Order: sequence, then structure tokens, then C-alpha cells
Amino acid sequence: MSKERIQISEDLYDIMPSDYQDLVKSSTYGKEDRGWKDIGTSKELIEQHSLCAGCPESMAFRYILASLPNPEDTVMVGSTGCTSLVFPMVAVHNIHSLFGNQNAVASGLKRALSVRFPDRVKDVVVLAGDGATVDIGLDMTLQAWFRQEKFTTICFDNELYANTGGQESGLMQKGFVAKMAPVGKLFDKVRLPEIARESGCHYVVNCTVSKPSLVEKVIRNAVHIAREIGPTYLQLYTPCILEIGKNSMEGLQEMRDSEKPTERFAYKEYVSEPAKQLLAELSAKDKERKAAAKQLAGQASA
Amino acid sequence: MAETKSIIGTQNKKGQTYTDAWKLLNEAPRTPSFFTGSEVIKEAIRRASCDVMIAYPITPQSEAAALIGELFAEGYIGDYFRGESEFAVMSQCAGAAFGGARVFTTTAGPGTMRAMENFPMWAGSRLPIQMIVTCRGINSPLSIQPDTLEIAYLLNTGMLVWHAETAQDFFDWILKGYMVSEEPDVHLPLALCCDGFFVTHTKDVVNLTPADMCLPPYDPYRSPVPCMDMECPPVRMMRDPFVMKSNYISYATHASWQQEIWAAVERSRKHSIHWLNGLIDAENTDADIMIVASGTAVSQGREAIRLLEDEGVRCGLVKVKTLRPWPEEEIREATKNAKHIFVPEFNVTGWLAKEIKATIPNHHRVHAGPHVCGGMTMPPEIIVNEIKTALGMKKSFVMAGRGS
Repeated sequence: MSKERIQISEDLYDIMPSDYQDLVKSSTYGKEDRGWKDIGTSKELIEQHSLCAGCPESMAFRYILASLPNPEDTVMVGSTGCTSLVFPMVAVHNIHSLFGNQNAVASGLKRALSVRFPDRVKDVVVLAGDGATVDIGLDMTLQAWFRQEKFTTICFDNELYANTGGQESGLMQKGFVAKMAPVGKLFDKVRLPEIARESGCHYVVNCTVSKPSLVEKVIRNAVHIAREIGPTYLQLYTPCILEIGKNSMEGLQEMRDSEKPTERFAYKEYVSEPAKQLLAELSAKDKERKAAAKQLAGQASA
Repeated sequence: MAETKSIIGTQNKKGQTYTDAWKLLNEAPRTPSFFTGSEVIKEAIRRASCDVMIAYPITPQSEAAALIGELFAEGYIGDYFRGESEFAVMSQCAGAAFGGARVFTTTAGPGTMRAMENFPMWAGSRLPIQMIVTCRGINSPLSIQPDTLEIAYLLNTGMLVWHAETAQDFFDWILKGYMVSEEPDVHLPLALCCDGFFVTHTKDVVNLTPADMCLPPYDPYRSPVPCMDMECPPVRMMRDPFVMKSNYISYATHASWQQEIWAAVERSRKHSIHWLNGLIDAENTDADIMIVASGTAVSQGREAIRLLEDEGVRCGLVKVKTLRPWPEEEIREATKNAKHIFVPEFNVTGWLAKEIKATIPNHHRVHAGPHVCGGMTMPPEIIVNEIKTALGMKKSFVMAGRGS
């Protein structure tokens, strides 16, 4: 989408909602080095949301939307759950259809966009909860990876079914007592990052969203690798503070505690050989661009 | 966004000429060809300018789905792949349609049932996907035989539902179906049903349009809802998502959208009449006895009428072509003179008879039957016997093994 598409006719400007006016004035569509640092100085691609106060998922949403390398040509696919409360307020096209079918929808979508826009980049990013990704939708999650579908799958792992009130999920820790796990969960947290690697993902990261710079890096990598090579998977810990008995201000600390080296969200990364090569190329280009910009700035000040 | 110059008369990469759909289907020369129903599906899709087809094996649609793969290999379709289950396939079709593609798929029996959650979602999302349903048994123990029970489950999904009698219907209706379901005031999915095996696996003479002419491509920017391709501004759809909100505005929104889907089904009526030359075909509507049927039961009914004529019993016929939109007025009018209305069906519950009973005055005139199911054939003689029994006449035929 060209940026001109979002311009408002002068005659209609004053009747457009203020959030749309802001989007036209100061969003970061098309900005090459957009990232989390734009938050606060530009219009974010998320308006208000109806998540609980302090929900780490809302932080994750803001960082991810700020970090998408190409939001003006990105379509997101969601699923049922807390994320589906947010997507209606997101300024990239997004699809909610059913619970658990997100990777199937994304497969069809990516192929349709490739058929219709063969010479343009159209990124597809799936964002769904752990119930959608690992339980009800596991078949379609894995099959999309087997087929090497070229899109990114992001799982917001809060280790339970949050939106329905805190029931056991496959990514829940063993022993955790929850609804539908009245004597504690009887089996281990499903090891989806390892399964993702074995299923053909070219980039797999398991981490929390405590650090925006890290979220920015893994999102950019995941989208670029999916665009050029094949499927990528990010499993991000977004604890449900409500269901694990924490207060609004304790989400960040919960993530920091869970990402310690011995904990289950210690940073883990897998990069395939072709993906490593691509990242090296992208990094070289980035350095070149920065050097050129520096030189240009030097000339301007001289 | 929308094309300003017409694409009609230009050629696609296969050298086919994009042709005005009405001219293609009503004026272009036709060549009689001897094909199976599955091959006819392939030939229709060759001319349909499809962007994406997604396949999954299930009898009796597997052959058609595989043949369309050959079309993809030849370059007639933008993309094609085998999904992992019917539920996934119908979601993949949704994704492709959300992305602005003209989409085609096929399924049957248990596959239709497995995919069912997708169908109201397709309709609610206004995705003009076309799905061929080659009906087969859905009962347990496992059956792969012809049986139309699955159509009953499709009737309340918000999809358009048409029931083809012959391979010729199939060929024409696949192409016409896209024209109806892609109208901006309709923009709904179409379940184009036929009776598995009877239509898919038998050969028939079908008059085909020229292979070097095809439908104009789908224009997703005529859709009444935005195409999800980031080519138009991503407006915020609502202040608060309606899911799970327990308030009046939420209920009212859901209610009005459901009403709009069914209003769109109603609006498809005029387009369906235009393209199909009416929602029903009727013969001898002045007769006391009418047979009302859909699918291959129509063919069997026609044979029964011929047998009855030999014995001096005059009988009329209504072929119901569209089940959604439902031809309420047409069926009332066509049956207004009938004292007895027989509804032969290839399923155990008799869903068509129930629809008709709910439609016409004096519904005691409806004799729901004969019914065959589980793969049983419907010889015209059992329709004749059903009619004669109801009228108190002596049966003409002794049906071996049918306890008669």
C-alpha cells in the first residue's frame, strides 16, 4: 500500500476520527528504521485496547506493531482469545475467523497475496495464544511449517487459556493447578520450540517481552526470514497476571524472573544455515546504510 | 484500485480470452463432449479464471480435485495445494478469499461435516468461495455411497446452496455460480452440490464452451467488506470488539449482521433467476400429481412420469435448482393445482419434503418419499409405486427384495 492511500480528503478531514488523523500525520508506515523507539513520538499502530490493566500482552502488542518492518504491506492473522479483543484496534489489516485455524488461514492468504502481487512484498504474520497455537490448532500450526509456508507464527504463551478463565493448556507447566487441572497438570509443558525446529522452521526464538529492543530484533529477523526463506516461529511469554495471582504492576517482574538462565523462558534461539546467511546480508546492508547516512550527515554539517 | 479499462477481450497467460460471462455462457459456440462429471468440473474450472484451488482427498470428489491439480500444472490456476484436512482446507480457502483471490474447492460427506465450522464463518465474512459438494453418506458405519443428507446441514449456514442434476448443470453452474456469488450485493459463498458417483463417476454428453475463452477475473474491490491485502486504509473497525460483550449494542450488531447475511441470500435471488433461467424448472403444472425433487432424483422422477404416462396417469415435475435462495413463490405457484405432491429423495430424513411442507398451503398434499439412502439407487418404479399406493391404485411393479 502506498502511503498516499491513507491520506484524507481535505474536505472530510475534520470529520475523520482523531486516531485516523493521527495515523496520517505521524504514523511510521514506510519508515525504514522503524522500531520500538518510535513509541511516544509517533502514532502507534494500536489504538486503545481492552486488555486488563498491566497485561504484558498489551506491551507485546505495542512492541511488535512498532517493530514490523513493513506494516504498510503486512496482513496479520489472529485467533480467538485475548488477542482477538485487541485486533479490531490495530491499524494493519487483520483477520479473525475461527479458533485454532490461524495458520491455515495464513497459508491461503499468503498464497493469494503471492498470486495477486507477484512483484511486491506482502508479509503475513500470525499472532495467536498458546491454546490456539499448540492445542486446538497444533495440526495446522505444524502442517504450515511442513509445507514451508512463508509467514511468521507468533505464539503469545501465557501458559493457560486466559480468555475463558484460566484453564489448563498444553504449554502450562507440569503440576500447575488450574481449572480443568484440578490436581495439577499431569504432563510437561509441550516443547514447541524444539518441535518447530524439527518441523522446518528457519528461525525459532523462545523469550519474554520484557525488553523492547529484543522484541524488535526477533520480530524483524522472523519477518525477513519468513519473507525470503520459509516459516519462522516466536514463542513469547506474556503472563496472564490475573490467572497466576499477580497484581497489575507485577507483569514485568514476572517476565524477568522467568527469563533467568535456568528458567523456562531463558532466551533460546535456533537459526537455520540459509537464515544465518540472510541475517548476515541484512546486517551488512544495514551497516552500509547507517554509514552512508552518517557520511551524509557529516557533509551536511561541514 | 478498480480497473478503469475493461479487461474483456484481452488474453491471460494461457492465451484464453477474457470474455463477457453472459456471452460466454449464452452465445459462445458449444462443443458436445463425452465426459465424466469429475472431468466436467475440471473443464469448467479451466474456464473460470480461478486464482487458488485447495484440495483434499475424499471419495467421490478426489478425482475432480486431482484433475484440477493438472490444470495448475498446466498454468491455468494461480496456486494449488493439498491441505491437511477439510477443516484446514476450508480455512485455507477463507485465507485466500480474504486476500482477494477467486477460490475453488471440493469436498464430500464426512469432509463437509468436518469443515462445517467454516461455513457460517465464510458467509459472515462475505467470502465468495465456491465449494463443490459431491454428496455421499455421512452415517456410521462408514459409507462412501451416494446420499444427500449432508445438504440438510448446509441450508442454514448463510451459504448459497444449489443442487445440480446433471453434469451439464455442473459445467454451467460452476461458471454462473461465480457470477452470482461475486455480485457486490450478494458476495456470499456457494455450495454447489451434486449426488456423488451418479454425477461424478458417470459419463454424459456435455456441451462445453470454447477452451480458449474464460470468465473475467474476480475483482476483490467490488466486495462489500474490505479485502485484507493492505491496499486500502486499515480503518479501525470498532471501538470495542463485540465478542463477549454483554450489552445491547453488541447483541444488536451481531443480530443485524446475521440479518444482513440472509438479506444477501435473498438479494441473490434476482441474480440466480437471471443466470439459471429461474430457480426451478416446471413441467405439466396443471396435473393433479406433481413430483418435486432436486439433484438426480429429478432424473428419476422424469422417468417415473414417463412410466405413469404409459398407464394414462398424468403427472407434473418441479426441478428445484436452488435450495438457498429457496424458491418459495415458484414452488407455491407450480404446485397450486396439485392434489398430491411427491418428493423423492436420496436421504433418510427427507429434508426437501420438510422445506416444501413449510412453504406451501395445504401441506397434507405432500407425500415425503420415496426415500432411499446409504447408497441405494432409486429406480423410477419405486416412485411409480409410491404414487400408486398413495392414490389407492394397484402397484405396477413387484420390487424384488424390497418387501413389496
